[in-house]
Amino acid sequence: MKITDVICPFCGCLCDDLTVTIENNRVTGVDNGCALAEAKFMHTGRLNNPIIKDGDRFRETGYDDAIGAAADILKDSERPLLFGWSGTQGEAQCSGVHLCELLGGVIDNTSSICHGPSILAIQEVGHPGCTLGQVKNRADLIIYWGCNPVEGHPRHMSRYTNYADGFFLENAFRERKLIVADVRKTESANLADEFIQIKPGGDYAVFSALRAIIRGKGDILPDYVAGVAKSQLERVAKMCLEAKFGAIFFGLGLTMTKNKYKNIRNAIELTDLLCRHTKFTITPMRGHWNVYGSNEVMTWLTGYPYGVDFSRGIAFYNPGETTAIDILAKKECDAMFVVASDPAAHMPKKCAEHMAEIPVIQIDPHINCTTLLSDVQLPVAVTGIETPGTAYRMDGIPLRTKKVIETVYPNDTEIIDKIYKKVLEVQKK
Amino acid sequence: MSELLVKNAFVIDPLNNINGEIMDIAVKDGKIVESVKDTSNTIDAKGNLTLPGGVDSHTHICGTKVNFGRYMSPEDMRAGRGRAQKYMYPVSGYSVPTVYANTYRYSSLGYTTVLEGAMAPLEARHTHEEFSYNTLQDTMANTLFDGNWAVMEAVAENDLKKVAAIVGWTLAAVKGFAVKITNPGGTEMWGWGKDVGCMHTKVDHFGVTAAEITDYLIRANELLNLPHSAHLHNNNLGKPGNYKCTLERMQRTPDLNDKRQTLYMTHVQFHSYGGSKWADFCSKADDVAWMINRKPQIAIDMGQVMFGKTTTMTADGPMEFNLYRLYNNKWSNHDVELETGSGIIPVLYSKKNLVNSIMWSIGLELALMTKNPWQCMLATDNPNGAPFVKYPEVIALLMSSKYRDEEFSTLQKDTEKRVILPSLDREMDWNEIAIMTRAAQAKALGIVDLGKGHLGVGADADIAIYPVKTGDIDPTQEYEKVIEGLSVTTHTIKRGRTVSKDGNCLVFGDNATIWVKPKISENYDISKDPEFIKRFERYYTVNMANYPVEEEYINRNICIETETEL
Repeated sequence: MKITDVICPFCGCLCDDLTVTIENNRVTGVDNGCALAEAKFMHTGRLNNPIIKDGDRFRETGYDDAIGAAADILKDSERPLLFGWSGTQGEAQCSGVHLCELLGGVIDNTSSICHGPSILAIQEVGHPGCTLGQVKNRADLIIYWGCNPVEGHPRHMSRYTNYADGFFLENAFRERKLIVADVRKTESANLADEFIQIKPGGDYAVFSALRAIIRGKGDILPDYVAGVAKSQLERVAKMCLEAKFGAIFFGLGLTMTKNKYKNIRNAIELTDLLCRHTKFTITPMRGHWNVYGSNEVMTWLTGYPYGVDFSRGIAFYNPGETTAIDILAKKECDAMFVVASDPAAHMPKKCAEHMAEIPVIQIDPHINCTTLLSDVQLPVAVTGIETPGTAYRMDGIPLRTKKVIETVYPNDTEIIDKIYKKVLEVQKK
Repeated sequence: MSELLVKNAFVIDPLNNINGEIMDIAVKDGKIVESVKDTSNTIDAKGNLTLPGGVDSHTHICGTKVNFGRYMSPEDMRAGRGRAQKYMYPVSGYSVPTVYANTYRYSSLGYTTVLEGAMAPLEARHTHEEFSYNTLQDTMANTLFDGNWAVMEAVAENDLKKVAAIVGWTLAAVKGFAVKITNPGGTEMWGWGKDVGCMHTKVDHFGVTAAEITDYLIRANELLNLPHSAHLHNNNLGKPGNYKCTLERMQRTPDLNDKRQTLYMTHVQFHSYGGSKWADFCSKADDVAWMINRKPQIAIDMGQVMFGKTTTMTADGPMEFNLYRLYNNKWSNHDVELETGSGIIPVLYSKKNLVNSIMWSIGLELALMTKNPWQCMLATDNPNGAPFVKYPEVIALLMSSKYRDEEFSTLQKDTEKRVILPSLDREMDWNEIAIMTRAAQAKALGIVDLGKGHLGVGADADIAIYPVKTGDIDPTQEYEKVIEGLSVTTHTIKRGRTVSKDGNCLVFGDNATIWVKPKISENYDISKDPEFIKRFERYYTVNMANYPVEEEYINRNICIETETEL
């Protein structure tokens, strides 16, 4: 059986044109998807049953038992941290916010270790953006800055930018110019008309230099800015000004490098400046398929996109204080609830060390590094493959991911709602 | 099932010509009935003012741009914090509060039905997701068609039925309620950083004008027999001299419907400006009201501005950029492929600012000079003119010229040379206020037959009781009592259940989303049109199969199926 128009739950591109072949309730083929999509749909290894730590070993158990154990850990916790959320359905994110509020805990999503700085910059200066189709149909200049779509978002260029058809372009591939800015020559840089190689940590200075040139103040610039020749910057500025529609995409090469959110602020202010001459937009290359959804959900429910502390009965937000890394590194939290992410693999050692010392509950279909630090893990259906659910693309378009195969696993929302009820019961007693 | 009796209510129910009578209201199973047998569940209204639940026919509360307003504004979130209570979640936000904050605050003001003013079809799921948390008011969404490529192409082909077919399919697909047109043509041009002005400039490539887009959508709306009329945010919002554009739009609108207006023009305050630049900016509310008074086919909402901080947000991307260049604070923009745009900036309306003072005056002038209150809804284009929590103050201003004079004396002093507000002595009565805040809004939206906006037998038991004894206060003098009394209901009753009492919610609530599904014959089913499908698949970045909003997003809902001429 073939199922068409399947939405890929891997990266922030949320490609929705996959055709998936199913035989005996297993995915045996993925058409149109990239290698990452294929790996996700075809992956079979997973945890079969909930597990609970018993001494230095795990033992398998039933869902009721594991839910009870999870609720016990949470109710005994004074400062629980609920982290992850970027790899699950929006419905589960909503349930997670409500659970956190009930517990008076802290809820944070993986933005705080990826595009959190982008959000801080947006909160200072705003965000001139658009949907990806706007770029596809109009843009004659594409800029990828601090990101490598060829490897990180493999279909971004073919669906939305250089290799996509565009309504207003006769021959989109030839008419679109590509600029790539990065510290090293990536696969994406190999395709560029103009590759700006910046010394690590020099992005802020390069943005400032471009802004100076565009404002007619190029005279004050030295011959090289962060390793980039002034002549190249002048060329790039000219390309931007001559474009009818320019689109900047940026990744963690900007958000997680020196100057962090100030880089993004400068990039946005460059976009803003270019909007006074022509049309320009800027879009963060969101990584996980529903990380933007976690920002959306937390924003409409709590008012803030990540890092929300409910311990005072109101929603309190102060990134750097109420974000997961800080809370773990300062050994503040006394229990952790991890949904659809693998913090043990991605956070600093200090954080993992604290995770090893406190009870950790993990809701995830797969065994990962965090499993090893968990006290309870509940395997769940994979959203977008075994259970449907809402996801927000990197540009804010909401889509409903599909269920393509049957499963015996409950989904994240069902598990979290059961834990919520259990905690409520215990609290009432 | 459940019965309720509201005793000793001082009822004003304009749609049933009840203007201040002490009555009992009987409720059974969520509807108003003649009488109930079981009187164990009784609310004593104690002679207090009792109105049909409030209806807001133009507000921005849920969806992509509203949420982006929150996302970019932690400072606004800090300005409106509230703790959890038994049936209330914690809330954040003042001008763009969280969904829970909106629904609690609206309920506390006695509102039971709200229309989200702008939903991009491509992002409709988002609006519906937020609607499901807006539990204390029934919800519906204006659906944007101002820059819809398929519509513009059909207009260029002079094919009215095709326009209607596209609109009908889209509305049903995205579970929308009404046709919204925001800066027609302008949002498409903004894709190139341009605008159209008013209203005969051709849109690049598509070759149609704003005037034509609106003309066709008005007629398509009637062909589809939709409950609401076309809902227009006209071109040139916020520009000095734009009143001419407003007048021309009114002038060229035919009268096509005998049950309601043919065109709803929203936030007309922002469209009633004289002068040619900011230096000679002045009110032209008198010209605009003069035209409204001669055009029964037009209904408007005020778009009243109130002083203080707020956030502006609209699908009108180019307008927000212009505004940003005046304020230079922070600016977000979000163009939506093949459909529309949007922009957001925070603003401060200051009494010390001449332009802001004139804007404040214009909204009031429009309401006071529109003779028929059924043609003028009370609204602030929440939160663009002010957050909706300011409605009681707007009401008090309309009821008291003393209050207006006192406020006016605190404005930038050149204001009096640019407006005529001080010369207007009209003071509205409670009946007129009831019309402008619920009855006229329900009529304009075409939802009276669904039981909204009135308290007749068969109506939804959506009732607001305010701690106001109209006989005991003189609203022309005691405006503070008016504001206080209208700010928090003693009881807000939704579908026969008290949902809010003295500002505290008593239930989690369970709202319904009202949407339309025009019945269109096979011949006009645009979703089967090979050319439409081909272009959809080629230029949208979402496949057509993934575009319609699934039933899962609107668990509880009222679908209005309309008989059409297609």
